[in-house]
Amino acid sequence: MPGSKIIGKVYVVGDNVDTDQIIPAKHLVYDTHSPEERKLFGKYAMSGVPEDRSGLPEGSVKFVDEGKYESVFNIIVGGKNFGCGSSREHAPLALQVAGVAAVVAQTYARIFYRNSVDGGFVMPLESVDNIFKSFATGDQVEIDLDANKITDIRTGKSFGLRSLGDAADIIHAGGLFAYARKIGMIKESDKTATKKVGANV
Amino acid sequence: MSMTITEKILAGHSGRDKVTPGENVWVDVDILMTHDVTGPGTISIFKEEFGKEAKVWDRDKVVVIPDHYIFTEDQHAKRNVVFLRDFVKDQRIDNFYDVGTSDYKGVCHVALPEEGYTRPGEVLFGTDSHTCTAGAFGEFATGIGNTDAAFILGTGKLWVKVPQTMRFVFDGELPEYLMAKDLILRIIGDIGVDGASYAAMEFAGDAVHGLNIEERMTLCNMVIEAGGKNGVIAPDQTTIDFVKSRSEKNFTPVQNDPDARFALEKKFDVSKITPLVAKPHSPENVEAAENLSDVIVDRVYIGSCTGGKLTDFRAAARVLDGRKTAVDTFIVPATTDVARGLREYKLNGKTLLQIFEEAGCRIGNASCGACLGGPDDTFGRLNGQEICLSTTNRNFPGRMGSKKAQVYLASPLTAAATAITGKITDPRKYLA
Repeated sequence: MPGSKIIGKVYVVGDNVDTDQIIPAKHLVYDTHSPEERKLFGKYAMSGVPEDRSGLPEGSVKFVDEGKYESVFNIIVGGKNFGCGSSREHAPLALQVAGVAAVVAQTYARIFYRNSVDGGFVMPLESVDNIFKSFATGDQVEIDLDANKITDIRTGKSFGLRSLGDAADIIHAGGLFAYARKIGMIKESDKTATKKVGANV
Repeated sequence: MSMTITEKILAGHSGRDKVTPGENVWVDVDILMTHDVTGPGTISIFKEEFGKEAKVWDRDKVVVIPDHYIFTEDQHAKRNVVFLRDFVKDQRIDNFYDVGTSDYKGVCHVALPEEGYTRPGEVLFGTDSHTCTAGAFGEFATGIGNTDAAFILGTGKLWVKVPQTMRFVFDGELPEYLMAKDLILRIIGDIGVDGASYAAMEFAGDAVHGLNIEERMTLCNMVIEAGGKNGVIAPDQTTIDFVKSRSEKNFTPVQNDPDARFALEKKFDVSKITPLVAKPHSPENVEAAENLSDVIVDRVYIGSCTGGKLTDFRAAARVLDGRKTAVDTFIVPATTDVARGLREYKLNGKTLLQIFEEAGCRIGNASCGACLGGPDDTFGRLNGQEICLSTTNRNFPGRMGSKKAQVYLASPLTAAATAITGKITDPRKYLA
């Protein structure tokens, strides 16, 4: 979004993190629209990542601490093909519920990217290079969405991000429904129910 | 006009004469399918965005097939099926295959063609990544999330970025030891799990057009494992005969223009391919079965949309007939039609079911079963550090349950041969 920055702590994973790692299938049974059950998606976010790859480079770092529903990490840095596998929208939703504002990866699997954008869950940012090895879990970073870069605050080292491209209009609108209302595809009066909860992009 | 099959279908459904890869178009949807895992969330978003009293755009175009978490005591899972039941009643949707009734089918991707919802030239979306299976019928079919599906429920439309098409041509006559699973693993091993990202994957050549419709479904099913958006096979007489036997609706088959442009064309000589296995923990980790003969397995699993169709079980039975399994072997038919086929189809005077029972296999109920793990009490689920050879489509960590388990993917022939020896086994050993 023009003028905005995302500042926070990164959780680092590698290439090909699939949606079963982001939210294991056994947890897909909770009601996405019940406030109590929705919290559970946060609790189990990233719980399927194998121990040795949980929070690189060392591994064995829990994304969400025992008994908690939110993560201390609000940015995920991955490699290529982030979010491959199933079409479950619970994956970007789980990251949002856990408090993630943005994922930075070199490439995304198509459906995860689309779900993140159309549902307005998390901002899927593409890094120009595969940069997950340049960050350690816990690093403080700043993402500058105008300058298209992510900076390690301690070292001052920056890495380029790609512009949002085609997805920018939908991301800036806040998701597919907001975008469709903006362009007049669906009428505002079609919406009679409550506002969508917690879109944080 | 120099368009591919995929481009022509998307042009036709967006009111254009021509579309070009990379452009975004709004397409009209012919069928929207959803199931018990993603259906409830889709319905909640639909109600939230269009209002509690809103009606779906076309109740005849919505198909609801519960299949994922069916034979479980998990209370949340049971509640989700009730949620679907209430919605279809409220919306007067007839295309519902309810659990515990004679309408129940099982795995949606296999049930869709059985029930006549797949037709050449159409646009099918489903809230499941393996919706791409239906590309076998010469249509555009792909998986989407809940928000996109809720949008379709209300409007009948969705935006699509037109994919470029990659073409994979298999020449020659398929040897009896190879199956569609080996062909798609060959491709994924070559191009990787993101090798076809955002692209349509078209399968062509004599070997592909020699496949029956179920084997074609297996090819298209796994395009998502290469990152593909949709798979497609040009409709031929096999396609048309099958579709006409299941659906009374008219359809218009679409073919590539003679000068259609492909982002890549890759040719394979099937006589040079041997039975293949994808090792843990990625479908791209492909190795010849004959090179893995020292890998001991705890379990063999034959089932799912990819590997649980009647053709898959007929293949497995060819190997298992008159032999005993050395390890736990789970047989999970994709649908109730397939389950009936196990009871009716005979090989050497015995039904497939008899062959499997005599071999010592365990038979489950039609559903997605342990392909995606599911609740802890799911039949065949990997709950510990098991090593499993499976005919399913994914082996990322934790896919079939425990993230400490190891899953090898292979064809039903290779699975059956492995079940006999307890080690990964090239099926040629038993087909001589």
